[in-house]
Amino acid sequence: MRSFIIKEFYHIFRDIRSMVVLFGMPVIQVLLFGFALSTEIKNAPVAIIDQSNDQVTRAITSKLLSSGFFILSDQVPGEGHIDEVFRRGKVKEVIIFESDFSKKLEKDHRAGIQLIADASDPNTANLLVSYTSAIILDYQQEYLKGMSLPLTVKTESQMMYNPALKSVFMFVPGVITILLMLITAMMTSISIAREKELGTMEILLVSPMRPIQIIAGKVLPYVLLAFSNAVIILLLSYFVLGMPVKGSLFLLLAESLLFIIMALSLGIFISTVSKSQQMAMMLSMFALMLPTILLSGFIFPIENMPLPLQVISNLMPPRWFIIIVKSIMIKGLGFQYIWKETLIIAGMALFFIALSIKKFKIRLE
Amino acid sequence: MSPSISIKAVNITKRYGDKTALDDISFEVNRGELFGFIGPDGAGKTSLFRLITSLLIPDGGTLTVDGLDTVKDYTKLRKILGYMPGRFSLYQDLTVEENLRFFAGIFKTTLEANYDLVKDIYSHIEPFKTRKAGKLSGGMKQKLALSCALIHKPEILVLDEPTTGVDAVSRIEFWEMLNKLRQSGITIIVSTPYMDEASRCDRVALIQGGKIMSIDTPEAIRNNFGRDLWALKADDIYRLLVDLRRFESTWTAFPFGEHIHLSLSDKSIKPAEIALYLEALGHSNVHISKIEPSIEDCFMEMMSVGSGTGEE
Repeated sequence: MRSFIIKEFYHIFRDIRSMVVLFGMPVIQVLLFGFALSTEIKNAPVAIIDQSNDQVTRAITSKLLSSGFFILSDQVPGEGHIDEVFRRGKVKEVIIFESDFSKKLEKDHRAGIQLIADASDPNTANLLVSYTSAIILDYQQEYLKGMSLPLTVKTESQMMYNPALKSVFMFVPGVITILLMLITAMMTSISIAREKELGTMEILLVSPMRPIQIIAGKVLPYVLLAFSNAVIILLLSYFVLGMPVKGSLFLLLAESLLFIIMALSLGIFISTVSKSQQMAMMLSMFALMLPTILLSGFIFPIENMPLPLQVISNLMPPRWFIIIVKSIMIKGLGFQYIWKETLIIAGMALFFIALSIKKFKIRLE
Repeated sequence: MSPSISIKAVNITKRYGDKTALDDISFEVNRGELFGFIGPDGAGKTSLFRLITSLLIPDGGTLTVDGLDTVKDYTKLRKILGYMPGRFSLYQDLTVEENLRFFAGIFKTTLEANYDLVKDIYSHIEPFKTRKAGKLSGGMKQKLALSCALIHKPEILVLDEPTTGVDAVSRIEFWEMLNKLRQSGITIIVSTPYMDEASRCDRVALIQGGKIMSIDTPEAIRNNFGRDLWALKADDIYRLLVDLRRFESTWTAFPFGEHIHLSLSDKSIKPAEIALYLEALGHSNVHISKIEPSIEDCFMEMMSVGSGTGEE
């Protein structure tokens, strides 16, 4: 056993590809999801057409630009040129103040601002418009300070657990899950398939090693590596992306370990049904990656899926792990709130381990 | 079960789908014997070795190794086997020493404990012990594979085509090593497609198309050839072969390098008559000499007789 594990580490550390997959990918993925794929608005280029250019419009403009969400892009000569500006893609939103803005405000208590957004990217357009409206509303309240309005209904919303609506909060649990799933399942399945392909499995079989020993020897190194991977991802998301760990860190790591073991047993199962490294890779990529991303609730909310897909998503181990990670990291919940999900993952792990030991062939056919 | 018998196969049959790889074969290998299975590619050698090493289950018949059934007692059997598959099956990204220590480890022993056993062989490659196994030459790979198969002191060594793809010098060295091992009392079965290696074995089985054609000592097989054998040479070797096969007294005629080996069905025919027949057909520079049959001659003869009866 000991020599088997040592051998397995030699394989991993001497293969540049596995090293890149093991340690390069998590870092790149976390940083990519954390920074590049952010859905937050930061420094969106806007253009302002101010037809009155008075004290009030300048105040609103400076309030908008100092919020950090917008930066002023090129001047737009006039309303006739908006289409052209959008087409060049330099501006995401145009804000138009009508003429005699402050005069109308004082006289009629009513003045208009037109927001035109580039909705070829609907999410961004939506966010821009709502951010702008919120800021203008805020100004209006300051402006009215002291005055009393006849009747107003005021809504006050609070975003619990993620007040700033940071997208990192949503991505990190998903990324941790996908990476652990992919790395562990793919790497083990490939490494066992490699023994078959190179014929070394033939010698391993003609040795006193029992199936469970061969499997354990294959799995243990990857448990260690995947676990250190989970730690790296957590450290990165904590220090670089500012992701909090509100619950128990120990619980989070223990749950990660459980999930890793589940993914590994899945990987072993894949390798028992695939004859070559290529096949093991394809199986783990297509049978694991896509459903993991699409059906786990990582990107698309499960509630919005058609019923059959919702049912299938129950079979996706990542779905449950994402819930666990979110509960611990963001909501700070304890074990009593996630025991059900934990039990499901543990059950899946046992199922795949039993299946792989049963399917593991003690002979060549 | 006689204690002197190591491997006993009774009516072994192995099929893959509707293709029969081994067809009802029986043989016995004595303890401490160096036993060779000789036959061309596809004769069924690898299937047979996989049956002996319990990697495959026979479709019919029984196979015991040191009294252990390859189907029922495979866990015990795998402890006493040393197996070297036909393909080089060590870890290419591990060094020579790491490979050896790994295989010692999975058999719960150490390189140090059994160093004496592999010393003769391992000493050849020890200078390269920090080299990756994938970077060794063919001959060195075989020596390493043999060391790995020996490291746990097996009672039976199963070597599937150990000399295929190895240079001539390394092949000779390899057989010398096997000879030494045999003297230490270990039973060795080895397969090879090279007929010239047969004489290195105590006994050989000639195998072809999943059947064993003959089992005997190499000398006995050669002595059983039973006919005079002639080596012929002429300027046009191809036409020579065609004409010899048309000759009415020809039993077999096979090309061997630059000669044609000819055996006759009629013992009374003298070489001068053959020369006369050939010269009448316009052959020039005809040389005829009597030779001792080799294992290959015997093999070719058995093959042609076997297929000959099949056609009738």
